[in-house]
Amino acid sequence: MKKQIPIYFVLVSGIVMVIQYFVPSEESEWLFTYANDWVIVIGIFALALGIWALLKTEFKKLKKPKEAFYAGTVLFGYFIMVLTGLKREWREAGTLHMDLFDNILIPIQATIFALLAFYVASAAYRAFRARTVLATILLLTAFIVMLRLIPLGPFSAINQTVVSWILAVPNMAAKRAITMGVGLGAIATCIKIILGIERTYLGHD
Amino acid sequence: MTTAELWWNTLAAILTLCVFSFLIKDNPFYKFAERLVAGVAAGFWTMLLYHTNFYDKVVLTMQKQQWAYIIPILLGLGMWTRFSKNYSWISRYSIAFYIGISTGVSVTVYMYTAIFKQISATIIPFDSVTGVLIIIGVLCSLFYFFFSKAHTGAFGLVSKIGIYTLMIGFGAGFGLTVMGRVALLVQRVIFMRDYFVALFGG
Amino acid sequence: MTFWEKLMNLDRRWIYLSIAIVVVIPAIFSFKVPVATTPEVKKIFNFVDKMEPGDYFYLGIDYDPSALAELDPMTYAILNHAFSKDLKIVIGCLSQFGVGMAETRLAEIGAKYGKKSGMDYCFLGYRPYPAICILTMGVDFRVTFPLDYYGVPLDSLPVMQGIKNLMDVKGVIDITAGNVADFWITYGNGRFGFPLALGITGVMSADYYQYLQSGQIFGLIPGIKGAAEYEALSGFETTGMESIPYQTLSHAVILLFIIISNIGYFATRARKGR
Repeated sequence: MKKQIPIYFVLVSGIVMVIQYFVPSEESEWLFTYANDWVIVIGIFALALGIWALLKTEFKKLKKPKEAFYAGTVLFGYFIMVLTGLKREWREAGTLHMDLFDNILIPIQATIFALLAFYVASAAYRAFRARTVLATILLLTAFIVMLRLIPLGPFSAINQTVVSWILAVPNMAAKRAITMGVGLGAIATCIKIILGIERTYLGHD
Repeated sequence: MTTAELWWNTLAAILTLCVFSFLIKDNPFYKFAERLVAGVAAGFWTMLLYHTNFYDKVVLTMQKQQWAYIIPILLGLGMWTRFSKNYSWISRYSIAFYIGISTGVSVTVYMYTAIFKQISATIIPFDSVTGVLIIIGVLCSLFYFFFSKAHTGAFGLVSKIGIYTLMIGFGAGFGLTVMGRVALLVQRVIFMRDYFVALFGG
Repeated sequence: MTFWEKLMNLDRRWIYLSIAIVVVIPAIFSFKVPVATTPEVKKIFNFVDKMEPGDYFYLGIDYDPSALAELDPMTYAILNHAFSKDLKIVIGCLSQFGVGMAETRLAEIGAKYGKKSGMDYCFLGYRPYPAICILTMGVDFRVTFPLDYYGVPLDSLPVMQGIKNLMDVKGVIDITAGNVADFWITYGNGRFGFPLALGITGVMSADYYQYLQSGQIFGLIPGIKGAAEYEALSGFETTGMESIPYQTLSHAVILLFIIISNIGYFATRARKGR
């Protein structure tokens, strides 16, 4: 019962939504619209679980002397945003809540990702070596694409044309093959889930 | 820049430098910034979820007496039993609803977008050199991913053309990745420059 | 250890220092680098430019602060361009932190042109589960977003009169850094067939030329260079064009590193071969 009913529900709802795609009627559109809207409502409750899990972990860490300061930092950041955003109108541009967002979240998150520029330079230096034919092809292509942003005088136009061709033909062909493979995999997984062959979403008893 | 903006930008600049200090080595300043952003992000998202999602889709629907929405609300509350040892089976009904609807919808659109449209776009421009090269590139790359047969003989040659095509694709991707990553750094440098100009230059 | 072996095993912090020095140079000595426009960016520019005052389009601001550097210039340029032409915009966010940035940009740029929320643009706000949201927006905005971000019912907004769903706008421009782009193509254009264009990060852009060729998207703004191209076309310059000199120097240094590393590799290999 605890596992069978969900599996049957997935089977029936999955098949109904596939058939719905081919049925152009008002009732079909109504079913499509509200089935999807109900998924959003369920999802809103599910997302709250993540916040609860974070808070539970950080409150536990408060009891450990070595981690207490950092757990306190997380909780301080959390509650200051909650308190400053208690009313809907307190969350508009120019309010304290948005000033904290603009001057804490944006700079830190942007800078964490800015570190990647240094790592990509280091990776290019250490790993980008023409060891094999395949590595050489990869290296040369990356080289040509990167030259795009360096003014080369009369060669800039030629380089731009070559890069446009690389992106529009061989790169496009390669990525299309990958997309088709991934698409087939996604369809196969969806069908396996609908037919009850794939049941990992049920979890364990 | 007003005095208030300068103070806020000072906070942003200090936090930026805290994160950059990680390049030397992991240190308490970086850890502090990392934990602070986790808390601020979670707090921001909590209030966003409450005000614009929970209120609009749950509270408002009940105020409008759209009683049918009680079903997804109950299913949503059922999700909260996920971490209970005795009652976690209730969350399976909620997950089954979500999974059933989304997989059913996905099958048809993935078939159209990832297969039909891609196949038709590959074979339609057959009358040009570029079109022929695209067909060869796509077919050879697809052949490369077929590992049920050894890549020898004629099949091996086709797979080789496929892997060369894939390498060109990955090389192009790397070249664009470098641009993307450097852009992230440049934005922070421009911010720090503007901050110091405002601080010392007026 | 020979000179080349030492060079091949260089401490990575020297590389970091080189990059750090190089990106500071244009901050002190500014210079301009010309940017050649590409057809894929021009198509999006023409789409916005050819619309008449009062025409509608949907703008998706679906990115987090982590992608702000590349995508914010696109948002600024497109919003400036659209508001200067008195176009009506429906703006939505399918990325949780995008809504904070979108609100600030809209308030700033809207105020510059005297545009008001509810009259000239509608800011829908954020919803989770992008794929499902796109599907429901394709049928009725009011199902997904009964209220706008400021808590005003969509039915009472003058700007939303006669606009029921994504088929009622001229097209969709989505600016995103994650898999939301795939969702717009698969669930949006795939299901409803409306014209779709994307503004995406450089990291992702190589993967989307296939959709441009197949016609699933009509235009593409790839990364910071694409943003700079749009700025050059529209005349609304912000950090996009400003970033290009920094990019030029950084790319030159990274290419130099690659050349040095390969010379060292071949020199070491030749020495070991002897």
